[in-house]
Amino acid sequence: MHNDKNLFGVAALFDTPDEIINAAKKVKSSGFKYYDVNTPYPLHGMDDAMGLKSSKMGYVTLFAGFAAAAFILFFMWWTIAISYPLVIGGKPFFALPAFVPITFEFTVLTAVLSTVFGMIAVVFNLPFNSHPLHDTNYMKKVSSDKYGLVIEAADELFEEDKAVSLLKDLGGKDIEKIYYPEKEEHKIFQPRFLVFLAVVAILTAGGTYVTLNKFMYLPPFDFMLNQNKGLAQAKSTFFYDEREMRTPVEGTVARHFIPYAYQSQADTTEVLADPLLPTQKILKLGQEKFLTFCSPCHGDYGDGNSRLMGQFPAGPTLHSDRVTGFSDGRIYNIITNGQNVMPSYARQITREQRWAIINYIRVLQRAQNPKPSDFTDIKEINKESGQNASN
Amino acid sequence: MTKDYSVELALIEGNPPLRELDDLIAAPIDTRPSHKYNIALAITGGLLLIGAICVGLTFYYGIGMWGNNIPVAWAFDITNFVFWVGIGHAGTLISAILYLLRQQWRTGIARFAEAMTIFAVICAGLFPIIHTGRPWLAGYLIPYPNQHGIWPNFISPLVWDVFAVSTYLTVSLVFWYVGLIPDFATLRDRATNKIKKTIYSVFSLGWRHSNRHWKHYEKVYMILAGLATPLVLSVHTVVSWDFAVAVLPGWHSTIFPPYFVAGAIFSGFAMVSTVLIFVRKVFDMEHIITMDHLEKMNKIILLTGSMVGYAYIIEWFMSWYSGTPFELFTTLNRAFGPYGWAYWIMVSCNVFFPQLFWFKKIRRSIPVTLVIVILVNVGMWFERFVIIVSSLSRDFLPSSWHYFTPTLVDFGILFGSFGLFFTLILLFAKSLPVISISEIKGVLQGAQPSHHGDEHDA
Repeated sequence: MHNDKNLFGVAALFDTPDEIINAAKKVKSSGFKYYDVNTPYPLHGMDDAMGLKSSKMGYVTLFAGFAAAAFILFFMWWTIAISYPLVIGGKPFFALPAFVPITFEFTVLTAVLSTVFGMIAVVFNLPFNSHPLHDTNYMKKVSSDKYGLVIEAADELFEEDKAVSLLKDLGGKDIEKIYYPEKEEHKIFQPRFLVFLAVVAILTAGGTYVTLNKFMYLPPFDFMLNQNKGLAQAKSTFFYDEREMRTPVEGTVARHFIPYAYQSQADTTEVLADPLLPTQKILKLGQEKFLTFCSPCHGDYGDGNSRLMGQFPAGPTLHSDRVTGFSDGRIYNIITNGQNVMPSYARQITREQRWAIINYIRVLQRAQNPKPSDFTDIKEINKESGQNASN
Repeated sequence: MTKDYSVELALIEGNPPLRELDDLIAAPIDTRPSHKYNIALAITGGLLLIGAICVGLTFYYGIGMWGNNIPVAWAFDITNFVFWVGIGHAGTLISAILYLLRQQWRTGIARFAEAMTIFAVICAGLFPIIHTGRPWLAGYLIPYPNQHGIWPNFISPLVWDVFAVSTYLTVSLVFWYVGLIPDFATLRDRATNKIKKTIYSVFSLGWRHSNRHWKHYEKVYMILAGLATPLVLSVHTVVSWDFAVAVLPGWHSTIFPPYFVAGAIFSGFAMVSTVLIFVRKVFDMEHIITMDHLEKMNKIILLTGSMVGYAYIIEWFMSWYSGTPFELFTTLNRAFGPYGWAYWIMVSCNVFFPQLFWFKKIRRSIPVTLVIVILVNVGMWFERFVIIVSSLSRDFLPSSWHYFTPTLVDFGILFGSFGLFFTLILLFAKSLPVISISEIKGVLQGAQPSHHGDEHDA
């Protein structure tokens, strides 16, 4: 009846612990390697009887524990000292005693999870519900009150009749031949599975949409939207001046801010001189700020070619004889105070940046009206590097 | 009266056959719930519902629903948290420390105690989350790379707490599940109902009781016990640092870690006793969870209760010996101030009544034991209340002194946590084997081979 099936092994049941220990010893001494003992609880002495070496699971725990301890110490140091330095009363960033509790907890957690996962999934190769032993009479007995031994067909010495008679001689009862179960095949793209996928996709997408777009705007999750708070431009019923945004106290000086002493002076040539040297770094800064704040009206090259032409009064060119003749101090005064329709830029551009812009304007002006010596300089530079200036 | 101490006493009365043990332990799972069970579940479920409503009110209106107010920013919430974490300690102590000490009597009660640990830690873990007022933001406590570019402060005791409690819960759960795998396999093989069989197959992972597996299994169980042992001691130590690291008089004390751990084991054993007294009766397991078990637990309660009493005395000594007027004031205020009533409830329940266990007659009397262990639970709840509230209510600045009065919502959540705990216990008792089948079989008389020492003869 079972002849067309694949034999897994021959199993026998025993009534007492002593019998099974004896049986295991005999099967081992007969030279079998692929056999197993199944008992409802671990039997003392069975490992010796079967000649099993002691478990090496402890090394997994040891390795995982050390790795976890090293990782979490490094991680805490990195977060507190490097990623987001956390200053607490000027204490050192790497405070080993304060790292001990979490290092300990994380070590234990990782060691436990690695050991258990390693044992179940890697060593035991579980879950394995399609094993041939399952659903046999043998399994039902050893799971409760009998002690069983199974010799597997995979063993080199295995011969069906010999195995049966060996087990019989040892006093085994209920000798059972165990066959591999028929292979069940499951196609991936069967309609039921596709419907299942579609339902999961719709539920996940819909649930996420409702949670993020509807649910989070219902009380109490909307507490930040609906709390009592002052909005920057709103009218206040609480303050006398009806402004929710509070202005600083009269005479407040902001950090890094030095009041400008020449507010009403039209020409500040004598009192203000460029404190910066036209180095490459300063010119870069000047260019960046010029392109941000000045170029919308004065044009990218200071030629008055405004991007806002027609929408706003065009700024004058900076290359006229008049502007070229302005002293550095005068331009500084214009940026700081404004002039005609040009507003003050004192709030947007720092003092250093204003001087850098002035240096850059001088570069632009020089580029429009170069001196003959500028060209020879370029030629000499190109000669030295072996390139032709005309290319 | 002479006793032969060379013969080990039977751990299980009557030494029943193995199959009968299966039937007995699986009986609550296989039978339909009785009327009594349904009534009990209705009561605990009702308590749970009250708690759920109060928690809902808290989330909707905010924690202004509670009596907490500055300076008493921690009150019932943190009291309940520490109380429940403490309850959780007995389970791991029984399953891990007693396992390492080869106390085989633990077998009968270990599974139940472990389950209680898990449920108690679940109850405990809820309170800090509720206390945030915006529990859906609690995820910020977990270190994950986020758009704000910031991390939790790893040198804060409150973050240590998050790690300690979550590690404890995870490790307890894993420990518990590893113990359950062979039992799921046994249940799978005796199940006749197809749905039940499928569920047990999934949870048993296809366990085959193979000796090649038992070898690793026993080793890993030992390793887990070894790792869980320092963990038991660490969790309440870390909880005590929430207080001891602060500079408040009455909190800032180096005795707190051992004092808290002793108190935790004390209250945990009291709770295990309370529940087991009912369980052994209801499920006819009086010969597995025997009088000897209860007596041994009573001895541990006596020991740890005396340790707690010693800590109370040391607190008085330290407040005088430290020479700090604030410390002395706080201690005097605890005993004779506005919360003096709570202090004396605590002292009488924790120190005086457990001393009755010096008498063997009382240790072995179930009604008296039940009364005393319930009093211990009450006393240990008040201990945490006294520590937290009496210190906070009178801080350094007399102008901000404030008498904390709990609201109905406070009580609702406290009762709700008991409802949650006992509901989970009842569901557990009816759906999983409350005694480890594979372990109890291994400690029966005659369960182990008689001559396993002489295999070298041949």
